[in-house]
Amino acid sequence: MKAKIHVTLKQGILDPQGKAIEHALDSLGFKNAANVRVGKYMEVDVNETDAAKADAQVKQMCEKLLANTVIEEYRYELQ
Amino acid sequence: MNIGVVVFPGSNCDHDCAYVFQDVLGQSVRMIWHKDTLPGGLDAVVLPGGFSYGDYLRTGAIARFSPVMGAVKAFADNGGLVIGICNGFQILLEAGLLPGVMVRNTSLNFICRDVYVKVENAATRFTNRCESGQVLKIPIAHADGNYYTDPVTLAGIKANAQVIFRYCTPDGKVTPEANPNGSLDNIAGMMNADGNVLGMMPHPERSAETLLGNEDGRLIFLSMLSAFGKTEQQSRLVRV
Repeated sequence: MKAKIHVTLKQGILDPQGKAIEHALDSLGFKNAANVRVGKYMEVDVNETDAAKADAQVKQMCEKLLANTVIEEYRYELQ
Repeated sequence: MNIGVVVFPGSNCDHDCAYVFQDVLGQSVRMIWHKDTLPGGLDAVVLPGGFSYGDYLRTGAIARFSPVMGAVKAFADNGGLVIGICNGFQILLEAGLLPGVMVRNTSLNFICRDVYVKVENAATRFTNRCESGQVLKIPIAHADGNYYTDPVTLAGIKANAQVIFRYCTPDGKVTPEANPNGSLDNIAGMMNADGNVLGMMPHPERSAETLLGNEDGRLIFLSMLSAFGKTEQQSRLVRV
């Protein structure tokens, strides 16, 4: 199965990259662009046919390594 | 004193740290490849600065799973002295040996320059040769030195005097302007509750001898020696 994982900063955590991009969008004339948040997107092939087992594994991957849950949250879909 | 300096792929301050302990202070140093375990008989372990694993994913996030880190954690849990400098600090945070996390500098810039830090707690195994409130000039060199933790954890480490260094002005005022990277509460260095694990963003190994024009960082290493009842040995360097 393939896991498609999004890791993003939690609400309230300052995102300097997002701010810089927001300013750049503004100077390009996109005056209505706001609240830019930069995150990460990862794809992982999981060699597992049982959806529940794959789900549990991906959750562990996120908790242990892919996200730092002090500042980040994650969501994923399995296909 | 027996010092182990851990070498991760991408470490680049490992030899600077070894040089200070061995050549400047006359101590015994062993370099430890990250795939090995810690040898017996070490008094202190250094996690040096650099860009372990290219800072992929997050700084320190992958290095914390290096084989040697299990031994480093056991060493720390047994009361062994561990100092993490810059990337070493980031690794200690990711490994959970210190609370909190590093995020990108607010300026988004990699900042490489001298900064001033105030010694907030001089009664530690890393700062006993400093005066309380003393201002040290030590260089920083990082893009991710913006310390963050939740309010409850912050209150806890402050109450427990675990904040060791804070960014300040040359005359010791802790102000927003003196904060180079946006770090919470101007935190530049902190230790664990047991006082045997220190993480700091500034590089004391780059300011530890007269030849480099700045000896302030030397106090950190001398403090570690003092914690073991040792003093600096005859330097192996020829003084000119």
